[in-house]
Amino acid sequence: MTRRRVVITGVGAVTPLGVGADVLLRRWVAGESGIADGEGACRDFVAADHLSKKELRRADRFAHFAMVASDEALAAAGWGGGELPYASERIGCVLATGIGGLGSLEEQHDVLRDSGAKAVSPLSVPLFMVNAGAAALSMRHALRGPAYSVGSACAAGSHAIGTAARMIQTGDADAVVTGGAEATLTPLARASFVSASALSPSGISRPFDARRDGFVMGEGAGILVLEDAERAAQRGAPVLGEVRGYASTSDAYHLTATEPEGTYAAAAIEAALRDAALEPDAIDYINAHGTSTELNDASETKAIKRVFGEELARTVPISSTKSAIGHLLGAAGAVEAIATLLALRERVLPPTVGLEQPDPELDLDYLPLAARPFTPKGERPLALSNSFGFGGHNVVLCLEGVA
Amino acid sequence: MTIATPDAVEARIVEALASFGPDIEQVTREATFEELDIDSLDLVELAQIVEDDYGVELKGDDMKNLKTVGDAIDLVVARAA
Repeated sequence: MTRRRVVITGVGAVTPLGVGADVLLRRWVAGESGIADGEGACRDFVAADHLSKKELRRADRFAHFAMVASDEALAAAGWGGGELPYASERIGCVLATGIGGLGSLEEQHDVLRDSGAKAVSPLSVPLFMVNAGAAALSMRHALRGPAYSVGSACAAGSHAIGTAARMIQTGDADAVVTGGAEATLTPLARASFVSASALSPSGISRPFDARRDGFVMGEGAGILVLEDAERAAQRGAPVLGEVRGYASTSDAYHLTATEPEGTYAAAAIEAALRDAALEPDAIDYINAHGTSTELNDASETKAIKRVFGEELARTVPISSTKSAIGHLLGAAGAVEAIATLLALRERVLPPTVGLEQPDPELDLDYLPLAARPFTPKGERPLALSNSFGFGGHNVVLCLEGVA
Repeated sequence: MTIATPDAVEARIVEALASFGPDIEQVTREATFEELDIDSLDLVELAQIVEDDYGVELKGDDMKNLKTVGDAIDLVVARAA
């Protein structure tokens, strides 16, 4: 039996560059940054413009992002107006988050400390539970197939998309609403990442630059509608691209540091290419994990060279979305997949913003400062999107754009 | 603690329920919780507010029998007396 193909029929995003998927690509390609005061906050997002009073108070900010991005994605897929194209129990929902409703958890902990156990809100658990976003989308859109959250820190967004694609390939669902959401610009998250020496003291995200000194935390959500290609074609769905390959490995090396040689990141890249039945020379673009930490950008470069070989590696354009919006943790992989798909459609390679002083040790084409048009090597453009997470998780997606 | 006059209790409960979702004009004595889309989680929050403001402790069994906004107001006024 041939494997079912999985197409992307709609995307939506809430990011530090604005509300909407198109604004994300447009502003990133223009070299703009959504980072201010050392953080990628979604400053243009006013939850009350999109959600009712009841929805606002019954969901954490991370779920608000997911709900709004999902409305955009479903509308783009032609699922708007509450009409689902498949039986509701055949539509799944896999949503990534790094932490879940951390802001709500911190608030309720304050209530517990200051006012006692009896004052803690009955909404606490549904606000901060890690699956709150998946549950919110399931209820909002009446998705009654498998719905759950995946957690693998900063790799989770890509894990969600890969898991969703597998769900369709195996026939467990005909469509899956997937992606990731994160809202952890909170005192505890800041202090924790600072304490782990992961956050940039300068507050500047400049992946692959010699002066890079850590990641800049961002927030937001990216949601994609994945469908069985055959059914999507039958209903005449708009197609934005295809999930060609997916693989994940683990370093089993260190709690927070990536394995310095990129051995298992490379293994994930190789396996994703194998899953897509492609050779490295077919790839038009790599959307790097590119966190702007000393270690990640070096080991990721090594991983790419390991798979592509020194010579070919130098010819593949690479850039990091985190240079424009910071690190969206559990939402990062999803938002980056969306930006990649739109870039492939527009035939443009977005830049690594802020990359002014190349690191002599990092000698690949990281698309410094300016976007570049491109012509696909084959009929359809092909990209890899890398995501790596605390805990040693490596995930690679192979995405195909439209002809 | 606030004095639990019927008017004060009514105003406080209506305000609390309106903050949970429904428009304040919908929150009349006759309105049912079902109509207002007020569920068991909302009623627990209402009980927390009532206890804070009037020292009236409402338990799960008390809440179960409440159907309308008026039921809740009457119960709190009676208990506070």
